[in-house]
Amino acid sequence: MEVKKGLLYTKDHEWVQELSDTIVRIGITDFAQDQLGDVVYVELPEKGMEVSKGEPFTVVESVKAASDVFSPVSGTITDVNEQLEDSPELLNELPYSEGWIIEVEIDEFSLLKLMSAEEYENYLKEV
Amino acid sequence: MSMHTPLYKKHLDLGAKMIEFFGYEMPLQYSGIMTEHKCVRSLAGVFDLSHMGEILIGGEGASKFLNYMTTNNVKNLKTGKVQYNLLTNESGGIIDDILIYRLPEAYYLVVNAANKDKDYQWLLEHVTDNAYVKDLSGETALIAVQGPYALKVTEKVLGQSVGHIKYYNFADVNYRGEKIRVSRTGYTGEDGFEIYHSPQLAGVLWDDIFAAGEPDQIKPIGLGARDTLRLEMRMPLYGNELTEETTPIQAGLSRVIDFEKGDFIGREHILKAKEAGTKQRLVGFELMEKGISRHGYEITDQKKKIGYVTSGSISPSTGKSIGLGYVNNEYAKTGAVIYIQIRKKQIPAKIVKGRFVEISRKTK
Repeated sequence: MEVKKGLLYTKDHEWVQELSDTIVRIGITDFAQDQLGDVVYVELPEKGMEVSKGEPFTVVESVKAASDVFSPVSGTITDVNEQLEDSPELLNELPYSEGWIIEVEIDEFSLLKLMSAEEYENYLKEV
Repeated sequence: MSMHTPLYKKHLDLGAKMIEFFGYEMPLQYSGIMTEHKCVRSLAGVFDLSHMGEILIGGEGASKFLNYMTTNNVKNLKTGKVQYNLLTNESGGIIDDILIYRLPEAYYLVVNAANKDKDYQWLLEHVTDNAYVKDLSGETALIAVQGPYALKVTEKVLGQSVGHIKYYNFADVNYRGEKIRVSRTGYTGEDGFEIYHSPQLAGVLWDDIFAAGEPDQIKPIGLGARDTLRLEMRMPLYGNELTEETTPIQAGLSRVIDFEKGDFIGREHILKAKEAGTKQRLVGFELMEKGISRHGYEITDQKKKIGYVTSGSISPSTGKSIGLGYVNNEYAKTGAVIYIQIRKKQIPAKIVKGRFVEISRKTK
């Protein structure tokens, strides 16, 4: 299971990439996509929507089930990955790059309490 | 505590993702539901179904007893043939949907894993003096081979021809010193066989099948694809479409009820349901916008609830979002538009007739 260096992680298996001081990109981890199985639909949120840390912001559906994805940060969605509309399988194939889900302009202190890649790797050993 | 089939270790070695399924730890998927599903439709796939139940019913009163317990007529069943049948309760609700094999001297019932203890107890409670009920589940393993290459692979494994066994027929054949039961049945819509044998033989048979099927790239198939395969064929699943609260009439299974054969448990209620009509009927539907319906979701007419979804998924063969559900009679018309409540949205769906995917049960 790949854990990409340089990203921040949550216990719910989402990743956060800092694009600038205020903008982050969010997706699900390799572990999460493997647990889900074949992703066939992503219910994308809309730009401008507010997200709150720990609250679901989208639903990812695999053949077998629908799963909430929880926001690792609080803020406002500035971009969504429209490619997922027609190619939801990107979440399985390239979870850390082409399979990103949203970009968010984050509130202050939003990145506190997220795990580093090393911490997430250790966390995966426990689950 | 969870139970294991004789092939448990094989599944782990293959890297299967395991799930708890009515007390059994079973493979949900190996290579992925989509890949496995397509493999069964285009080549062939192999299923471990050893968790299912097998019950033997014999004695001189066996056929009379079984006819009282089930909706279909077992007296019409000739030796070597298989019949789809239902166990129903006093109110006409479905206790289980089962297969009945006619042996020369007895009947062999194959029942759902989820219901096997319940079925066995139910049969024991009602068994007559001149019949007996024996649970063979513990001494039976079951492997299914399904898909266009199933015949070729099965014949190669058994070293003999089985092509003469017709659909819904079976034969007992010798294999590695044991008599095994080879049945031309399945839950995928494809041509194929279900092979009943002893637990001791399961590992060898499993390996033989993969050795024989290797040139044709056959794969092991988990319960995930088993579900999407049966759903595309619109085959009901116990616990979803069929429950103790639904009658065979509601479920559209009139073809497996014989009202003329004499009394059977639930007959009165089922006949009443047939004559008076039922409030709801089982329909198949295709979503007209993106989204996936799931078991338990509400069906509406945009204003009020008119039914509920029993099964839903993406069809791996067509990419369409398909489902089954019960809706009030006045809405149960082919071509009618109903709405599936998916979280906060109501997604329109069109009621369709028949199977979701046309296949020709082609054999290569």
